[in-house]
Amino acid sequence: MSKNKNILVRIDWITVIMYLILVFFGWLNIYAAVYNEEHSSIMDLGQRYGSQMKWIIIAFALMFLVFLVESHIFALLSYFIYGIMIFLLIAVLIFGEEVNGARSWFEFGSFKVQPAEFAKFATALALSKFLSQENFKIMKLNNLIIIGTLIFLPAGLIVLQNDTGSALVYIIFILVLYREGIPGYILLLFFLLILIFVISFFIEFYAMLLVLFFISVIAFVLFTRQYKLTLIGLSIFTGFLTVGIFPVLILNMNIPIAPVIAISITATAIIALLYSLRKRIMIMFYIAPILIASVIYTFSIDYIFNNILEPHQQTRINVLFGIEKDLKGAGYNVHQSQIAIGSGGITGKGFLQGTQTKLDFVPEQDTDFIFCTIGEEWGFLGTASVISLFVIFILRILFLAERQRSAFSRIYGYSVASILFLHFSVNIAMTIGLAPVIGIPLPFFSYGGSSLWAFTFLVFTFLRLDVGRDETF
Amino acid sequence: MDKRIVIRAIIILTGLIFIINLYIIQVADNSYKLSAENNAFRHVTQYPARGMIFDRNGRLLVFNEASYDLKAVSDQIKPFDTINLCKLLSISKEQLIKTLADANRYQPVVISKQMSKKRYAVLQEFLYKFPGFYVETRTLRKYPEATAAHLLGYVKEVNKNDIKKNRYYRQGDYIGKSGIEKSYEEKLRGRKGKNILVVDVHNRIKGSYKEGKYDTAAVVGKNLTTTLDADLQAYVEKLLQNKIGSVVAIEPKTGEILALASSPTYDPNMFVGAKSSRNYSKLVNDPLLPLFNRAIKSKYPPGSTFKTVSALIALQEGVITPQTVFVSNFGYSTGSHFVKDHIGGAVNFIMSIQYSSNAYYCHVFKNILSDKKFSSVSDAYENWKEHLHSFGLGKKLGTDLAYEEKGLIYPASYFDKYYGKGRWNHNTVISLAIGQGELGFTPLQMANMTAAIANRGYYIIPHIIKNITDDSIDPIYSIKKYTKIEPKYFDPVIEGMEMVVKAGTARSAFVEGLQICGKTGTAQNPHGKDHSIFIAFAPKDNPKIAIAAYIENAGYGSTWAAPIASLMIEKYLTDTIKRPWVEKRIVDANLIKK
Repeated sequence: MSKNKNILVRIDWITVIMYLILVFFGWLNIYAAVYNEEHSSIMDLGQRYGSQMKWIIIAFALMFLVFLVESHIFALLSYFIYGIMIFLLIAVLIFGEEVNGARSWFEFGSFKVQPAEFAKFATALALSKFLSQENFKIMKLNNLIIIGTLIFLPAGLIVLQNDTGSALVYIIFILVLYREGIPGYILLLFFLLILIFVISFFIEFYAMLLVLFFISVIAFVLFTRQYKLTLIGLSIFTGFLTVGIFPVLILNMNIPIAPVIAISITATAIIALLYSLRKRIMIMFYIAPILIASVIYTFSIDYIFNNILEPHQQTRINVLFGIEKDLKGAGYNVHQSQIAIGSGGITGKGFLQGTQTKLDFVPEQDTDFIFCTIGEEWGFLGTASVISLFVIFILRILFLAERQRSAFSRIYGYSVASILFLHFSVNIAMTIGLAPVIGIPLPFFSYGGSSLWAFTFLVFTFLRLDVGRDETF
Repeated sequence: MDKRIVIRAIIILTGLIFIINLYIIQVADNSYKLSAENNAFRHVTQYPARGMIFDRNGRLLVFNEASYDLKAVSDQIKPFDTINLCKLLSISKEQLIKTLADANRYQPVVISKQMSKKRYAVLQEFLYKFPGFYVETRTLRKYPEATAAHLLGYVKEVNKNDIKKNRYYRQGDYIGKSGIEKSYEEKLRGRKGKNILVVDVHNRIKGSYKEGKYDTAAVVGKNLTTTLDADLQAYVEKLLQNKIGSVVAIEPKTGEILALASSPTYDPNMFVGAKSSRNYSKLVNDPLLPLFNRAIKSKYPPGSTFKTVSALIALQEGVITPQTVFVSNFGYSTGSHFVKDHIGGAVNFIMSIQYSSNAYYCHVFKNILSDKKFSSVSDAYENWKEHLHSFGLGKKLGTDLAYEEKGLIYPASYFDKYYGKGRWNHNTVISLAIGQGELGFTPLQMANMTAAIANRGYYIIPHIIKNITDDSIDPIYSIKKYTKIEPKYFDPVIEGMEMVVKAGTARSAFVEGLQICGKTGTAQNPHGKDHSIFIAFAPKDNPKIAIAAYIENAGYGSTWAAPIASLMIEKYLTDTIKRPWVEKRIVDANLIKK
């Protein structure tokens, strides 16, 4: 009894209240999204909002269940839970139900569960357990391999389920690893790769190469102040370029210009590298390989896009970057979603007054595109509030994570925050047209039991750990 | 760098980017709201039936027939079986694709216009296969009598100018372009209604928006009863076939236009339906100008018919009396110019009208312009001009017909400028004495002048509409407009006009027992043979019809215009023709030079 009282005192009520607000507001918006006048009761169990209420009640039950478990049990059972989860992910590939082309559901009568939703929880536990070993060195090759396996095993299985969106979530563990010791430049490199990926769709391939090259030159100048050397390097580059372009311009030969530039850059970089090796200009050991890697990477994006991606995937990406305005086809969802959000204005059309979402213009309006309903009915004030609430919620979890005595709890807290952040950012980015349509739910808002329970588990397990924050295990 | 801060910064930055983006979408950029409006609502226009038009006896002249337009909003179109639709509409695939490609995404575009009932019936069955397409029922004008084309006018789809001038109109609306259709456009068209329907993504109608709170009901156009006598109109058109000219008949007591014909004419049904634009260009390019309504737009010199008014003015001004006699030397000499006359010797007042003595009216005109009451010829001329205006000549009558021409009487200042002040007199402008020279009146003005004579001193502005359902016509069409001539002066003139028909220049117009009073005219003109002119009214006492008839380049007034006018009077007053040989001669005559 006294222990229960202890929990009530020590639990972080701020997080709980924010959780309740998010869940309740989500429920209201599901009601609004599928509202029809014949079934106007929000508790009508025949409707999706009725079902969502059922899921919410079950989620509350799970909450209490989680609090019955002692903190250290989670750490103890981490690998076990992870193992079971991997088993289930394999099982679902064999016995699962196929929904919308993805084989990721278990069906028990009318009841459907998506194990991938819970795999994040299991992976977070296992990763926390592994990283929290005493005297753990993250940059050891063995450890990196194990970390990679822990993360990419479930992700790979989910990709096999044909649910790329859910698999994408696992890349966000890079944030956790960064916090736990991976150097900053790897994180930077990671973002750089994403940036190059995005930019390479906007500009021509050879322009991309030139941009990379000049960024490297500028970096070199900034770090070394070797102006003369830089000029010599540029001259060498210009020389290569002239030799390469000469047959194109003068002899009118049909040589594609991109490889000429690529080879010129690579050759210049190699010469620079060799020179620096002799003169021991250390910075060049970073710049030149990064540049060469970038050139190869850009090439491969181009190659993958044109030769490996299927046409519908190409269109999705193209639509995102506004390269093809196919508003009826692949861009339809995003376009309709933007219209719905945009039509909300500052204060919105009012609860249940949305026309776009109610009349089915927006697809998946109660699941992946639930944010549209918020945008349309609650306007900018509503969307800005929801975003702020999510940001504060995630920051709060980070804050709680930092006050843990045990590394396990801290790492787990970071995992929770990172997973929430990825879901939140990717979902909203796709809804407002900043990212391609990747079908992942908005935590607490999107309709669906599995997703709600998984996030509830994720968050309240952490709150349970936080209650025992002074313990070490 | 503190890793904890970096991670927090990434999260906060992401949130900020989202909020800025949402600000742009939701607050700064308005285009999404417009898209949303078109996404969810369909504004369906309710087109009211255009008013019908009847003749004075309740005979239907214009009514509506349903026609069906297939429209589409490209934004709402889902992929569909193009070939199937093209087959149903009998159009080419290229045409369909082009129409859709050229259309505004959110605005309805007409795919197939004025489909037949049969095609519509077939199409309707398959329409569910073509989301985004819908049929709008419109009406087309039909003219069962195929007469009075100029009077009734026609409707056409609005052009950009019409839309700019009046915001009521939208692309695809019809508007009256001439005749009654134009002048009574606002009464006839009624008022469009609008239903705002809520549609879902599949273009299914979910019901009316806010229970129809913002819907407006269409108001049906008003029916018009014209003053026209359909039989008389058809008859005059028959008489005028193969002739160029115009005849206007007015009921003098009321100013109601009984018939108004301009020849050559056309079948008003030519402007309806799919062939309308081809027909239109055919009519526009016809050298005989069938679209030109000569009755209200052509200015003709009045010729000798003008002598009636000259006589009245002279009597009123006291420069002659009914006893005045002038001597004709088979003409009248101004010194420099000789006006021929076909009678000679002493001519009295009645004879002057009966035989149309040119010399007599040269003297009359001389007396009018050299009247000592006035200090100058100019003043006398201006007074004469005022008299003419009081007959509705040389100014707009203010009828309810669109595009009425005002006619032509020069002011004294014109001659002052042309000849020099005080350097002109009656002799200078002597051709005006016999209705030639610087005068030009429309057949409608001439018919109205005749009505004023028949009424002994007043007219009512000629008009074409007698009644409007649930509405009244403009009160100006019941006001008596008095001429400046006292009633007593009319009798001698009318005596003369009676003699014209009984035993004068227009014996061809005599009909036993009808007491027709008339005056012939033969107007010289620069375009060839003289115009044949006749004005007449009947019966002499209590006149029921006043007519002006012009046959272009046909010769003497008595040869063509007089018999035509008399046949009309006979037809109108007795409803029979006792002189079929006259009728046959007129109907068979082809006076159009080939």
